[in-house]
Amino acid sequence: MPPAVVLVTGVSRWLGGALAAELAADRGIGRVIGVDTVPPSPEMLRRLGRTEFVRADIRNPLIGKVIAAASVDTVVHMNISSTPAGAGGRVPMKELNVIGTMQLLAACQRAPSVRRFVLKSTSAVYGASSRDPAVFTEAMQARQVPSGGFAKDSVDIEGYVRSFGRRRPDVDVAVLRFTNFIGPRIDSLLTGFLRMPLVPTALGYDARVQLLHEDDALAVLSRATTGGFAGTVNVGGDGTLLLSQAIRRLGRVEVPLPSPTLGSVGRLSRRFGFVDYSPEQMRFLNFGRVVDTTVLRTEFGYTPRYSTEAALADYARTVAPVVAPEAVHTVAGGLRSLLGRVGDTAAAVEQRFRPAPPVPGLRAVRDA
Amino acid sequence: MPEARVIPLRPDDDEPFVSPAPAPGWEEQLAGGLEFVERRLTGAYETDEFGFDADLTDHLLLPALRPLFQKWFRVETIGLENVPGDSGALVVANHSGTVPIDALMTTVALHDEHPASRRLRLLGADLVFDLPVVGAMARKLGATLACNEDAERLLTEGELVGVFPEGFKGIGKPFRERYTLQRFGRGGFVSAALRTGVPIIPCAIVGAEEIYPMIGNVRTAARLLGLPYFPITPTFPLLGPLGLVPLPSKWLIAFGTPIETVSYGPAAAEDPMLVFNLTDQVRETIQHSLYQLLLRRTGVFGR
Repeated sequence: MPPAVVLVTGVSRWLGGALAAELAADRGIGRVIGVDTVPPSPEMLRRLGRTEFVRADIRNPLIGKVIAAASVDTVVHMNISSTPAGAGGRVPMKELNVIGTMQLLAACQRAPSVRRFVLKSTSAVYGASSRDPAVFTEAMQARQVPSGGFAKDSVDIEGYVRSFGRRRPDVDVAVLRFTNFIGPRIDSLLTGFLRMPLVPTALGYDARVQLLHEDDALAVLSRATTGGFAGTVNVGGDGTLLLSQAIRRLGRVEVPLPSPTLGSVGRLSRRFGFVDYSPEQMRFLNFGRVVDTTVLRTEFGYTPRYSTEAALADYARTVAPVVAPEAVHTVAGGLRSLLGRVGDTAAAVEQRFRPAPPVPGLRAVRDA
Repeated sequence: MPEARVIPLRPDDDEPFVSPAPAPGWEEQLAGGLEFVERRLTGAYETDEFGFDADLTDHLLLPALRPLFQKWFRVETIGLENVPGDSGALVVANHSGTVPIDALMTTVALHDEHPASRRLRLLGADLVFDLPVVGAMARKLGATLACNEDAERLLTEGELVGVFPEGFKGIGKPFRERYTLQRFGRGGFVSAALRTGVPIIPCAIVGAEEIYPMIGNVRTAARLLGLPYFPITPTFPLLGPLGLVPLPSKWLIAFGTPIETVSYGPAAAEDPMLVFNLTDQVRETIQHSLYQLLLRRTGVFGR
């Protein structure tokens, strides 16, 4: 049965807006209410269609009135900020993430109409360390609990959502642990990072990266909203790439820096508003993280259309390479033909000075 | 009249003579190298979820190790028929030599000398993956963290997994204790094999003990550097970087008869008594085969 009234938090960002727009386009859904602290851009507003936008802070009890008044039955919580820059600093970020979630859950707990709660979580809850198993399944926990930042917030948020599920056993709770998003339109941590012409990485480390295409992310969110899945699921594309490999495929130039200097580069780049490197993101750059997606394909019933490789290739269409693969192929082709010519010359010279010995078989015939 | 019997002149010369493929000329080798560089620059190669980079391993890491395997240590492999060609198995070996070169040599042995060119997926301690460069290279060579999750995932995928249950106790033991097996961990490798029903192949490595004979251990330096031990060998740190050259001992790597685990069933992994017994059995087999190999070897630096 499709939900009657859906509330989506964080609609002013690309993924939230795209989900609200898709749900609004579905005539089976009665109402779609989008909530965010900042109004969506005019372009986003056009796409949102019949979505009703409520400018409200989920840190504010007002959200409870919205849920009760509209008798919302499905809540999709996506207003979780991954970077301090987006939220205006680490303290507001933590407040928005953790306190915001607590407020939203408190409101949901009081609203008897709520039947379904979907959380956009992240695979960052598994942490990143040298003690990690190569592949995380949903049943595993972080070997080293993330010490701060987005990952820590996400662990806390999942904890609150779990206890909400215990207090309201009649509500189906779906927790979606997404890997890193990538795609031509989405603005994620990794897209900003890989858009730089010179990509600083940790010297001597190479992370394993699993990507999820924005279209697949959207499809999974929309299916989780309208479907009946309850539980925790890892969401990621098939296959993995090494960070160095992804950088090369995009034609960027990798600049390996010793880990200590990477911290100051991170601070510098944050000040100038390029990319945000926080310590936990640096740990991710060192070790990477891969999740098992068997539950996604079997129980949740969705197979991502883009593999990690294909998702990266789709993203690559939007970034102009610094080192074009064509240039590499041209140079290699030139060198190869040069090598061929040198080889032929050498063979000819060798032929002149050392003629090949006659084939022994023929001589035997003449003697007979 | 009965027909005359045809007596072949050379009875075992049935198949027609095929001249061996000519060794690739320098042009082909250079062209191959050029293609490799091209692939590396554009990222057009595959890596798996463990970070294993087959392209780099085949074209750079294994060729770099091969001279060490063939010329320097003159490694001789015995009992390769005990290693299955296409299914999962757990190779359990003794660990020695201060620096884990024995793991690399076993990898080369199984890739170069086994008819199916098996890839050995090594399980390493977390310290390996904490170290810069070393950790990244280990993953590219196909190693992963020694934990049950990874071991079982590899074994179910039908991979050949290599494990050294002695760990640092094995490679960091003093020279006077050479060829005596240390404690075999907590039997985690046995439970992984039981849960996945793959055979355990005991593997004895002789020769690695003598490459860097460890005559002392500077515990203070080890603690400062966060290492399990800081070795002193006759040449290191006395001769500086020259002390890093391993001594050219003669190596023997023997793979023993596989120990079946499938008959116990996966539930047997929860039976600690059985796990301990199997661990002991593997340990005894390797120890015994080490003594036999030592008798067989004519001299430490012999041919």
